[in-house]
Amino acid sequence: MSVATHDHSDEHDAHGPEKGLMRWIRTTNHKDIGTLYLLFALVMLFVGGLMALVIRAELFQPGIQFVNPDFFNQMTTMHALIMVFGMIMPAFAGFANWMIPMMIGAPDMALPRMNNWSFWLLPFAGAMLLATLLMPGGGPASGWTLYPPLSLQAGDGFPFTIFSIHLLGISSIMASINIIVTILNMRAPGMTLMKMPMFVWTWLVTAYLLIGAMPVLAGGVTMLLTDQFFGTSFFQAAGGGDPVLFQHIFWFFGHPEVYIIILPAFGIVSQIIPTFSRKRLFGYDSMVYATASIGFLSYIVWAHHMFTVGMPLAGELFFMMTTMLIAVPTAVKVFNWISTMWRGSLTFETPMLFAIGFLFMFSIGGFTGLMMAIVPLDFQYHDTYFIVAHFHYVLVPGALFAALGGAYYWLPKWTGHMYDETLGKWHFWLSTIFVNLLFFPQHFLGLAGMPRRIPDYATQFTDWNLVSSIGAFGFGFAQLLFVWIVVQCARGGQKATSQVWDHPEGLEWTVPSPAPYHTFEEAPLVK
Amino acid sequence: MRIAMLLGSRLGVELMLSLGKSALRALAAAAGLFAYAHAHADWATNLPRGVTEISSRIYDLHMLVLGIVTVIGVLVFAVLTYALIAFRKKPGVASATWDHSNLAEFIWTVIPFFVMVGLAIPAAQALILIEDTSGSELTVKITGYQWKWQYEYVGKNYSFYSTLGRESNVARQKNSGRDPYAVDNYLLEVDRPLVLPAGVKIRYLITSNDVNHAWWVPDFGVKRDAIPGYMNEGWFQVDRPGTYRGQCAELCGKDHGFMPIVVEVIPESEFDAWLRQQVTG
Ligand SMILES: [Cu+2]
Repeated sequence: MSVATHDHSDEHDAHGPEKGLMRWIRTTNHKDIGTLYLLFALVMLFVGGLMALVIRAELFQPGIQFVNPDFFNQMTTMHALIMVFGMIMPAFAGFANWMIPMMIGAPDMALPRMNNWSFWLLPFAGAMLLATLLMPGGGPASGWTLYPPLSLQAGDGFPFTIFSIHLLGISSIMASINIIVTILNMRAPGMTLMKMPMFVWTWLVTAYLLIGAMPVLAGGVTMLLTDQFFGTSFFQAAGGGDPVLFQHIFWFFGHPEVYIIILPAFGIVSQIIPTFSRKRLFGYDSMVYATASIGFLSYIVWAHHMFTVGMPLAGELFFMMTTMLIAVPTAVKVFNWISTMWRGSLTFETPMLFAIGFLFMFSIGGFTGLMMAIVPLDFQYHDTYFIVAHFHYVLVPGALFAALGGAYYWLPKWTGHMYDETLGKWHFWLSTIFVNLLFFPQHFLGLAGMPRRIPDYATQFTDWNLVSSIGAFGFGFAQLLFVWIVVQCARGGQKATSQVWDHPEGLEWTVPSPAPYHTFEEAPLVK
Repeated sequence: MRIAMLLGSRLGVELMLSLGKSALRALAAAAGLFAYAHAHADWATNLPRGVTEISSRIYDLHMLVLGIVTVIGVLVFAVLTYALIAFRKKPGVASATWDHSNLAEFIWTVIPFFVMVGLAIPAAQALILIEDTSGSELTVKITGYQWKWQYEYVGKNYSFYSTLGRESNVARQKNSGRDPYAVDNYLLEVDRPLVLPAGVKIRYLITSNDVNHAWWVPDFGVKRDAIPGYMNEGWFQVDRPGTYRGQCAELCGKDHGFMPIVVEVIPESEFDAWLRQQVTG
């Protein structure tokens, strides 16, 4: 026990992690905390995934077979909250913790104790959120956007939902502060900002977005809370309040949130593609500027989520233009990734497969996003399965594929073993086939007129719903393969070299695999 | 763990049942997928053109934008696929060492920019048309309720509620044992449709009495939120008499999926007689 509490730098080389459960509870080590984040995200992937399967089972055919409409609404709401706040954000925070210090040559995160706290808030917040399902009136059922007045028609779980969102927000803000301080203060000598790996850059921008956006959400949900319990009328028309105000507040958070999720995914893809192309990232500088401008633009597009609330023409035009503008830096990124591969020497190990899958399918999500930016079109697409298809393309074969690719890319560095390449490829191909079976038909459903968030539908929507549900179950089961591959890799397998891949760039590949408990206690010199 | 067990006690049963049953159904359906689908063939994949000026403008714009993104998509994916094939690792061939090109990067920053500007122009034109409610001859006030619509013919002293049709309402109950296919217009039928005259510019006002709803008829190209405390407006004009169906498009609680919209458009002369009869009779 005493080994872990150290003050003398000369002891550093000697000690390893504490033994047993207390190691994980008390840890201030960025690698341990990164592992915790990633495992938590993996568990939540299955919790949220199970909810998605309840939804897809109910939508398998018309008529109501399994769950009541109210429970169905709890499932759609909870699925989104869990996947956004419990799965994908913690997953990328896990990557940040593990990789940022190693990529910039720092011994650890700048604020290790706060780091521990940021993680350990998560399981409690997540458990509290899930526990609302057991409370009288059930969990939140107004969609993850929590629009009042509907969200105020809630059961006893309402204040718990709000409190857990507060905790999740605090956790994210602390993690962001930590990441910013680490990046700005702990880079090794010679690691100038414009030499940082793209993953570090994307997280730097993401962390600023989080600090800007999360307090706005916290404010908005607090106003919901006071409307419900303390007699205020921020959002209640009967008391002189404005229900649309909440939508502005929510999306002022919610749109940066979209980029909070996708920027780290861009970062991971920007690490993977050069390695397996054996060529340097094309247009590094413009990638950095594109990331920064996406970050900025993400703050001035929020009302494109609200075109049907009845905005002045000028407002609609403004938000349409700014939204379309985001396509420019995003296109730059895609072109730069393709140029990175151009005249490279490509090999297709599992991380590269996921990165390529990301390129194709994220682009599809980008195209539909552009279509929805156009206000008259959005009048038809809004709140249909078309938007459901759009954001799932961005989030699943987009963000989640990037995270899976990143996991395969760095697993050998984390565990010291190579994962099973054959199984990894199986995982990729099964995921790719089923994810398209799952989400592509949803474009058709939306265009043909199926609204989102309905537990039952008119019979003409049966066919594509059936295909989509089959895809959902296939995709869900394919992810079990990932768990098996990770477990297998953690337990043993072919020893990984310190480089793991064929001459990858980056400081993380200069330390042994598995990465020792402490790395870069003496800062490396970056030329 | 405790939480997991608690969850299990309440959700577990429902979940297990759902998953077990749907696994069986998936097997059964996968086997008979094509036969099944054929019997109720729909497989619709695109937006309907609809019956109003607004909806056809939206449809044309939709096809234009879809065409543009498809062309861009095919080009980008073709280049990407070519790169994946042509630049596979080959013995004796080293990677290029260049890592930027100011000219190329400038070009592909500027091109998307002009594509965007090019798209914004027809979009703005369509939008201006959609928002122009001037010159309407009849005003209908639509009010959303959990879970029905109220229609009021403004200035005509006549209003009524419109709720889900009885047969659909029976069949949509959990495990009702009724076959949705045996119900005409399952979930898209109401007890009293909104009746409107053909060939008349109709202005609608829309609000809500409780939570947010959205009134959406795809064939009209109209979707507008009903928000308590707000009075939104818009317009449409249907020239072809017929029955048009839509649904509430903003989550409004447990029966959000069960407050359809049916609009019956009849010739103007019949409409005047109909309205007179409703008001006096
Ligand atoms: Cu409604």
